[in-house]
Amino acid sequence: MSLVTTSASVWRDIRRPQRLIERSAMVYRRNWIIILSGLFEPMLFLLSIRVGLSQLVGDVEVSGRRIAYDEFVAPGLLAAAAMNGAIFDSTMNIFHKWKASKLYDALLTTPLTAADIAVGEIGWAVLRGTIYATAFLITMAAMGMVESAWVVMAVPVAALIGFTFASLGMAATTFMRSWADFEYVPAATLPLFLFSATFYPVSAYGDWSWVVNLSPLYHGVELVRAANLGVWEAALLAHVAVLVVLGVAGTTVAARRIEKLLLS
Amino acid sequence: MPNRNLGPIFVTVTSMREGVITATGLVKSFGGLVAVGGIDFTVMPGEAFGFLGPNGAGKTSTMRMIGCVSPPTTGDLQLFGLDPRHDGRTIRARLGVVPQMDQLDNELTVVENLLIYARYFDISRREARSRATELLEFVQLSERANSKVEPLSGGQKRRVSIARSLINDPDVLILDEPTTGLDPQARHVLWDRLYQLKEEGRTLVLTTHYMDEAEQLCDRLVVMDGGRIVAEGSPQSLIATYATREVLELRFGRGRNADHVADAAEVGERVEELPDRLLVYTTDGEGSLATLRNRNIVPDSALVRRSSLEDVFLRLTGRTLVD
Ligand SMILES: Nc1ncnc2c1ncn2[C@@H]1O[C@H](COP(=O)(O)OP(=O)(O)OP(=O)(O)O)[C@@H](O)[C@H]1O
Ligand SMILES: [Mg+2]
Repeated sequence: MSLVTTSASVWRDIRRPQRLIERSAMVYRRNWIIILSGLFEPMLFLLSIRVGLSQLVGDVEVSGRRIAYDEFVAPGLLAAAAMNGAIFDSTMNIFHKWKASKLYDALLTTPLTAADIAVGEIGWAVLRGTIYATAFLITMAAMGMVESAWVVMAVPVAALIGFTFASLGMAATTFMRSWADFEYVPAATLPLFLFSATFYPVSAYGDWSWVVNLSPLYHGVELVRAANLGVWEAALLAHVAVLVVLGVAGTTVAARRIEKLLLS
Repeated sequence: MPNRNLGPIFVTVTSMREGVITATGLVKSFGGLVAVGGIDFTVMPGEAFGFLGPNGAGKTSTMRMIGCVSPPTTGDLQLFGLDPRHDGRTIRARLGVVPQMDQLDNELTVVENLLIYARYFDISRREARSRATELLEFVQLSERANSKVEPLSGGQKRRVSIARSLINDPDVLILDEPTTGLDPQARHVLWDRLYQLKEEGRTLVLTTHYMDEAEQLCDRLVVMDGGRIVAEGSPQSLIATYATREVLELRFGRGRNADHVADAAEVGERVEELPDRLLVYTTDGEGSLATLRNRNIVPDSALVRRSSLEDVFLRLTGRTLVD
């Protein structure tokens, strides 16, 4: 009896954040073109590397295997696409809903809580990022850049990367004072994109390669790359742990900030 | 301040029924600023209860505490016998909130605003559809159902807000200045709708700057000033207690009003001097005016009107409500 009521209430608790995902789906039902547009940039990157760069660079050695350069770069681009999609959704979009349209103020007068809002918005960003990653993966496969069937694991990994960066993005957004503050976002993501072993192996950094560990994106790139090669080793769990911890921390900070600033 | 005239009646009513909302020593401060400085009130089920006061009186701060989106600094607040600090979500499920500034979802259409709002209250899609249709009819906006929110007029947006606040079939409706900024016709439409909601037995809690609104809609109200309640009662009892039956408004022209305060005081019970006119509180306005004229005191213009809550407010705070 009490178990039934408890599970019913847990079920309701999980469902509440979903309402925000439902709202986003409602908004984008009319604007699905905007969703598609998010695919172009990573696809163009992929194409340009496939066509030009790959021939120039030749093969790269990863985990003791030699693979073609485009097969090396593609997982990095996939991870970066997941990051960029999540960041885009969780920064400017959320700032607009927070400050300009007062959406969260309205939501807080309903049974939704600050945590529901944080989880729901991050959930939508993850969903969107996962759609991109899947489309990207299909393109990779079509271009013959896939090494192993394990590559399907890149989809949940992309979702995890999306979770981490959407959480961090939303948490950061709660500290933004005006639109001008968003200038800092590319200042943070561009270096991550360039230096997270995306375009060349971490060994290129020599003695300084440990610094790359500080980049959350690096951990995502390593996971996608492992999925593509089908190489599974215990060390990967550390990468997962980093992403999970950062994501949970970001979500918590975002929820706390919403509570502090809007429920005043 | 309890009202002596109505005191005995309320005592009986209160002891028979529980209040839907009760506040005791309710305080809200923001840093050093005290927005609500310790207020007590009880709202009974099915009544329309008003908070009347000028800018900065603490009306919105009070509404936000009642709406469980602003924790009280100190004091006790209960809705439906529950404490917002612990049961905010359960309480909010039974409230409808129309905030001072419309917070409609600009990315959605009018009907979508209602539909998604229903979902926040865990109402099924099917049920949401039928309620949304019904409510848009209620606020006479059915033909704008598929319009975006942005291009609607102020009054239309307000009506969407009200329809949306009713989607969960709330027991208590909280309306923060529901008609501010609307033209007289739009206000009358809204009053009519609110009156209908009251007749359905819903409890209305509203704030307003407008005396006529309070007189029309409220069974009982409190007058707030500087974060405190300065008077409480029904509109009629407040007028009876703090004003006379009629008010004679006299204008003598710029700068000359002050010269006639003493004359005016002789023909009425009390005189208020405003920058542009004198208000003479009297039981018989025409009589007082005739007496003045007999004494060869002839104002540029004179007007006799029934006294209103505006006069109550002036008496209690020495200031006008709407400047
Ligand atoms: N979030 C806040 N932070 C700091 N001060 C606040 C906050 N909200 C309200 N105040 C202050 O509290 C006081 C009461 O404000 P409140 O909004 O409750 O008044 P009000 O009666 O609703 O006024 P109005 O008629 O203008 O809407 C004001 O001095 C206001 O500046
Ligand atoms: Mg206000």
